[in-house]
Amino acid sequence: MTDSETAATGAYDTAFFLRWMALVATAVEREAGRLTELDAAIGDADHGSNLQRGFRAVTTALAEEAPKNPGQVLVLAGRTLISTVGGASGPLYGTLLRRTGKTLGEAEQVDAGQLRDGLRTGVEAVAKLGGSAVGDKTMLDALVPAVDALAESFGAASDAAEQGALATVPLQARKGRASYLGERSIGHQDPGATSSALLIAALAEAAA
Amino acid sequence: MNAANGGRPLVGIVLVSHSAAVATAVAELASGLAGGGATAPVAAAGGTPDGGLGTSSELIAAAAHQVDQGAGVAILTDLGSAVLTVKTLLAEEDELPPGSLLVDAPFLEGAVAAVVTASAGADAAAVAQAAQEAYEYRKQ
Repeated sequence: MTDSETAATGAYDTAFFLRWMALVATAVEREAGRLTELDAAIGDADHGSNLQRGFRAVTTALAEEAPKNPGQVLVLAGRTLISTVGGASGPLYGTLLRRTGKTLGEAEQVDAGQLRDGLRTGVEAVAKLGGSAVGDKTMLDALVPAVDALAESFGAASDAAEQGALATVPLQARKGRASYLGERSIGHQDPGATSSALLIAALAEAAA
Repeated sequence: MNAANGGRPLVGIVLVSHSAAVATAVAELASGLAGGGATAPVAAAGGTPDGGLGTSSELIAAAAHQVDQGAGVAILTDLGSAVLTVKTLLAEEDELPPGSLLVDAPFLEGAVAAVVTASAGADAAAVAQAAQEAYEYRKQ
């Protein structure tokens, strides 16, 4: 089965969403140093450690509370990030996962279209919360092209997120702490877009 | 405790900063400037539970419940994750007391205006309005 068939016809159950969150946690552990380094250039050098704290708590919460369906997995993960991260990535990633999870509802498994619609709703909630759009040098520069490409395949979504994160390098930050730097934010890859690409890569990995 | 307005509940004020010291100090300043007698309940929600710089949804929710008398809770924030965290909590029905609102206001000046107005018995909308008007106070 190819990626595109997976995206078109697959059904995704609780185990899939638990695997996705576990893979995100693994990627965050692996990349925390790099995320913090990117954040040191244009932010306050805590993105990696904040997400590490958040996803460690997510791992614990998912193990302890044993959510019963895909929606519950993402709502619990989102709530946990909101209450444990301590920086802006908490409410932003928390809103992304919580809203996506609420959109999925109580179904025991969801199809590719529902997953895509759920993620799109989550990404729109992030845009609204942060008052930002594509091109502002934020998470959205990876997430929006990823959700667009998800109709094609998980692999395409992962590639689009990675390309979107790389494309933040020449941008000037218009949101968050990096925006105080003005033109000095140009030439650095956005940490939030970079961690968003990890999230989407983990989704593709979970589906593989 | 609400002698100033005949025992009616007052709007509670929550001050959210990345720093516990800043939130506490601004709360003291605003309560102090509101004058003696009955003042509206004010709670600081600063920093993270382990004492670091940052924003804690748990401290914010606890502060909001602490000052809630049933007349609403006006929440003022400094910047960044403080704003985003309060907005995220408000997006859920059950995390903050009914009638909680995020006030678009400068943190310190807005806090003083909010505490003075709430202490006089104003409703939540009037408290928010007074705090927001602090943006118009020019210093030169």
